[in-house]
Amino acid sequence: MKYMLLINAGAVGANGGAAECTVEDWMAYDKQVKDAGIFVSGESLADLVTATTVRVAADGARTVTDGPFAETREVLGGFYVIDVPDLDVALDWAARCPGALGSGSVVVRPIADF
Amino acid sequence: MVDEKGQVAAVFREEHGRLLAALARRFGDLDLAEEAASEAVEAALAHWPTDGVPPNPGAWLMTTARRKAVDRLRRDRTYTARLAELRVEAERAEPYSAAADGGLPDDRLQLFFTCAHPALAEEDRGALTLRCLAGLTTPEVARAYLVPVETMAKRITRAKRKIRDARIPFRVPEAHELPQRLPGVLQVLYSIFTEGYAASSGPHLQRLDLAEEAIRLTTILARLLPGEREVVGLRALMLLVHARRAARTDPDGLPVLLDQQDRGAWDRAMIEEGLPLVRAALSGPPGPYAVQAAIAALHDEAADITTTDWPQIVALYDVLQALTPSPIVAMNRAAAIAMRDGPAEGLALLEGLANDPRLRHHHPYLAARADLLARLGRTPEAIAAYESALTHAATDPDRALLRARLNALKD
Repeated sequence: MKYMLLINAGAVGANGGAAECTVEDWMAYDKQVKDAGIFVSGESLADLVTATTVRVAADGARTVTDGPFAETREVLGGFYVIDVPDLDVALDWAARCPGALGSGSVVVRPIADF
Repeated sequence: MVDEKGQVAAVFREEHGRLLAALARRFGDLDLAEEAASEAVEAALAHWPTDGVPPNPGAWLMTTARRKAVDRLRRDRTYTARLAELRVEAERAEPYSAAADGGLPDDRLQLFFTCAHPALAEEDRGALTLRCLAGLTTPEVARAYLVPVETMAKRITRAKRKIRDARIPFRVPEAHELPQRLPGVLQVLYSIFTEGYAASSGPHLQRLDLAEEAIRLTTILARLLPGEREVVGLRALMLLVHARRAARTDPDGLPVLLDQQDRGAWDRAMIEEGLPLVRAALSGPPGPYAVQAAIAALHDEAADITTTDWPQIVALYDVLQALTPSPIVAMNRAAAIAMRDGPAEGLALLEGLANDPRLRHHHPYLAARADLLARLGRTPEAIAAYESALTHAATDPDRALLRARLNALKD
């Protein structure tokens, strides 16, 4: 079963990354996920200041706005999609993710299968 | 006919948890397991009164339920059915075998952990445990929690849907996971017990059958996890507290506090059952339930409130505070200190907790403070404190008790 791990950064350090973990932590985790043979996909997202929002009204008019800006404390910073047998295994991988440390959090969502 | 049906229902209630657990593990789908289980029971109700109860009712129910589940999967070719069907193929290859005692194999431990899974909403875990393991119907669970049947049905459906769709597994955690997962299961059982013991809202103070369900479930869990001392400790705690049930309310249904209770009305047999369990639970490093059971045991063994071993109770609260620091534990410790050293010492400790947001509106805290003020003769302050406790008490009997104390002070 596929699960998406949505990685929310809490406090952001001076380098724009999560304050509680290092680049080496992330590289080590990425290697573990890939070595375990459960990796489906995963990306980290560029800084929120680069984000742009698009909305289309009922009449087809397109609105493009800068942002969103971080109004809540937690901002989606990246994701993994992993393929594991059940939720307990997915939760274990989420708990090992450096993004779950300190002020960060990882939301585990099953991928819908139609 | 009616008697036979009653007998059939009794057999079913006894076997229900095992049946459901075995089906849930085999099919990985709680809904399917429940439907198959209830169809098997319907079949039993139709056949047993005329054909007689089979020699092994559990195995009969299991075989019938499995057949019903497979039939349903064949009929219902939706996505979830296909998913479960994969397991049916494996199921066919593996013939059903009875457990060593000839009964059903016991998969209930898996179901305990699934129903108490931390990924489920906390309020749904107790309801699901009562529904699946105690075999209560949804209306019975709704009555137990004093919510409308529709609300409870929605909550149970939501929880079962999450188990299926997020694939919460039916499995016993590995030994190294137990310290993380077992407290969650014990918490669910204890919350069922306390819900029955002191209803959190509404007209009745005690709902006995819920407390008894909790004891029954904890007894099953203790049998399934024989080496776990905290399960023993929880069972001891429940028995030692439940032993006082007859003395906890007066004939009008008003609560009677420990110092006023008729100790002759306590259930000695239940206390005798609980005491050796406390010793067993304390045979290694103590857990929080074992310590609370030891405190309950000291109360149960004392002839009255003055000869109670308060120094020992204070010492146990110190241990409990170190294991699970909480303002409630600190409050109970302060009340024990008031008994050991006098009301002034207890009051000083209670007032030190006054700014804790978890106690500010907690009526037992406000009432404990009022009691100590009254004992110190600080009547106007005690009256104000009782009035404040009254506005935060949730049940009618609690309000009546506080009003009685208040009126006694005003006279």
